[in-house]
Amino acid sequence: MYPKDLRYSSEHEWARSEGDRVRVGITKFAADRLTDVVFVELPAPGTKVQYMQPFGVVESVKAVSDLYAPVTGTVVEVNTTLKETPEVVNTDPYGKGWMILVQPDNPKEMDQLMPVDKYLAVIGEKA
Amino acid sequence: MVTTHPKHTSLFALHRAAGARMIEFGGWEMPVQYTSIVEEHRSVRTAAGLFDVSHMGEIEITGPGALESVQRLIPNDASRLAVGQGLYSPMCTPTGGIIDDLTVFRLGDQRFYFVVNAARVEVDFKWIAEHTRNAVADNRSADLALLALQGPRAAEILQALTPADLSALAYFHAADGVTVASRRCLLSRTGYTGEDGFEIACAWDDAPALWTALLEVGRRHGAVPVGLGARDTLRLEAGYMLYGNDIDETTSPLEAPLAWTVKIEKGDFIGRDALLAQKARGVDRKFAGFEMIDRAIPRQGYELQADGRRVGRVTSGTFGPWVNKSIGMGYVQRAMGQPGAPLHVEVRGRLHTARIVKLPFYRRATS
Repeated sequence: MYPKDLRYSSEHEWARSEGDRVRVGITKFAADRLTDVVFVELPAPGTKVQYMQPFGVVESVKAVSDLYAPVTGTVVEVNTTLKETPEVVNTDPYGKGWMILVQPDNPKEMDQLMPVDKYLAVIGEKA
Repeated sequence: MVTTHPKHTSLFALHRAAGARMIEFGGWEMPVQYTSIVEEHRSVRTAAGLFDVSHMGEIEITGPGALESVQRLIPNDASRLAVGQGLYSPMCTPTGGIIDDLTVFRLGDQRFYFVVNAARVEVDFKWIAEHTRNAVADNRSADLALLALQGPRAAEILQALTPADLSALAYFHAADGVTVASRRCLLSRTGYTGEDGFEIACAWDDAPALWTALLEVGRRHGAVPVGLGARDTLRLEAGYMLYGNDIDETTSPLEAPLAWTVKIEKGDFIGRDALLAQKARGVDRKFAGFEMIDRAIPRQGYELQADGRRVGRVTSGTFGPWVNKSIGMGYVQRAMGQPGAPLHVEVRGRLHTARIVKLPFYRRATS
């Protein structure tokens, strides 16, 4: 449910190092809270994103929630399949439900994010 | 400092045990969803759903002046109701604003029963009591629980639990003193989902047993408990207005699609002069439904634009799980409220294209 190789933000985004880039999505916890994701609004490639600043929006039937960038950098790729199948954010949050791929300005910024055990404590779940 | 705690219905413990997520609504802590709004919504469209709507209010007017009082209180015409028949109506202020929208049933020659919105019970009861003459107004909201069983399988499910012949209970009719699962109930064939269904009032403390019995039989027919989340998406698809969102004391039944409830010719009622004048003058705004062409979800309060000008605001909007598109409703200038007319909705600073459509967004196939 919460992969060990990811880093986590207090706003329930996950970040995965892939070479010198960082893939970003929302956690199972966030997806479960939203329940029925029906719309995801993402920035265009080339957009600058700032650590813990909103970079997009995820909407469930009932609510609108901001997405926060877990690292500062430039968006290099966007998951365009979410336009047609936003529900994969619920069914596969760490796989098909990824949102953006970022070229970070400073890869060390990842250290500010939480390892899995700390994140599990935040959401009140046992490892 | 005064702190108020949200009230609980007699089904609160059952909702909690079922894993429902709770929210505050109209002063009550109510289930918003049990599993998922989309799943619950689909269950109501394809099988059935059971709702706890005990937060809603029930008010009775009894006595020789009951009919006359009801006629004074609402613009719709209660004089044509036979015993066991009901109607929908707004209740208006002297200036034609909407105090609440409600259903009224005639339960006896001199006995009428109102079902009103949760957040308006106190206001309504005060108003109703003030304008009742030669009859007694009784607020029964604390004594009565209310369940709604809605969906194409609702009649089949309920029939398994009652000796009453439900095929004899027509739309917008009610029957008092009906036994359901050995409990005495007041049954009406009404709802807020766009499906066939029933609203079942019973003694406050009888609700848990009734709920359990309905779900036990219902589950065999695909019924599930449904929260306020899907109640809202279902009513929106069906084009029903929500008091507080779509109508309130600043809106008129003539701008809302409620002109059919205003029976000027029936004689005097509160708000008649104002509504008569409005009718003669013509209203400036018109309530309209729209669907999004662009991918965006309209939400309450978002701005509506046409030809680069602000024309109104979204009063209700959502992604419609069954119609599978984003839909909304709101007031626009009268001239532009025609089906097919283009419209823009401002979503997070950007304009998205929509078009006006005829309400409702969803209409069930009737056999």
